[in-house]
Amino acid sequence: MLGFGVERLRADMNRLLALLFHQGVLDEQFLQLQQLQDETSPNFVSEVVNIYFHESEKLLRNLRGLLLDREFSDYKKMGIHINQFMGSSSSIGAKRIRNICVAFRAASEQNNRAGCLRALELLEHEYCYLKNKFHELFQMEQQRLLAAGARYPVQN
Amino acid sequence: MGMATESKFHVLAVDDSLIDRKLIERLLKISSYQVTTVESGSKALKFLGLQEDGENSSNLPSISLQNHQDMEVNLIITDYCMPGMTGYDLLKKVKESSSLRNIPVVIMSSENVPSRINRCLEEGAEEFFLKPVQLSDVNRLRPHMVKAKNKDQNQQMKEEAEEEEEEAVTEKLELHSQQQPNNNKRKAVEEELPSDRTRTRYSGLTVI
Repeated sequence: MLGFGVERLRADMNRLLALLFHQGVLDEQFLQLQQLQDETSPNFVSEVVNIYFHESEKLLRNLRGLLLDREFSDYKKMGIHINQFMGSSSSIGAKRIRNICVAFRAASEQNNRAGCLRALELLEHEYCYLKNKFHELFQMEQQRLLAAGARYPVQN
Repeated sequence: MGMATESKFHVLAVDDSLIDRKLIERLLKISSYQVTTVESGSKALKFLGLQEDGENSSNLPSISLQNHQDMEVNLIITDYCMPGMTGYDLLKKVKESSSLRNIPVVIMSSENVPSRINRCLEEGAEEFFLKPVQLSDVNRLRPHMVKAKNKDQNQQMKEEAEEEEEEAVTEKLELHSQQQPNNNKRKAVEEELPSDRTRTRYSGLTVI
């Protein structure tokens, strides 16, 4: 019964990942990340993703702060934040977010404030979606580990 | 002295992005390298024992020198776009330094700008990787480190051999001048003796 649970969870995870790839939310860089995880570094993916969450939220706050400022004019500073966000998104395979950053940067380079605001809203939406999906994935992974542990109880 | 028994190559990775530092560190560790990561060019120079103005830190407390001596760096891999000192600036400083110029340097960048790539290669970078860096990129690093190590070892062997030759010649001359006190000849020979690494010296000596 428990064995069945482990396989089911694994299948569910794979299905969710396949969906995210299909939607263009993630790309093969995320697979690279998974390949870097092994027994010597068993939590590598979640560690990196958590850093990504932390940094992204800070960047999004900064960006919103800049744009909401009525006196805003520092597009150069905004460009720096956007580049950071673009880089880290690209590094973990967050393809859709990265692409929105590209559009955001273009709007910023044209000093197009309305375009920037639109891009920021899109970013926040996409980021929210991605974060939720990652949480689902990590929860499934946790459950799978628990189920696998119950199947092979740790001695002593 | 703190040297590892298995001498793994030691790579210094420089990147202002925490995520990218984590990634490159993992890629390098998986490839069996010893890894140090720093977040800026100036921190990299400090680790390498250089002050930012390019001078050797011989008057700094021994701790920073110790870093340099205990942890020989076999390759530097650096991001291009960093606040303050860019990867290109760091590359230049390394290549301008007599103590560091033999260390191979690799540049990483998220932007594919041909002029940027050429500039770096011309300045002496061995490779230019587009981010996100892959395991296949990291697999290209070893030959550069092996080559640099061989070059250092050959250099060392050459210097030792030259020293031995110098000693042998000096002995011969002393013997010779005891028989024929001709100091001018000795001076002429000694002028040729100062070590000039780029000249192949053996042929010169056998003529004597």
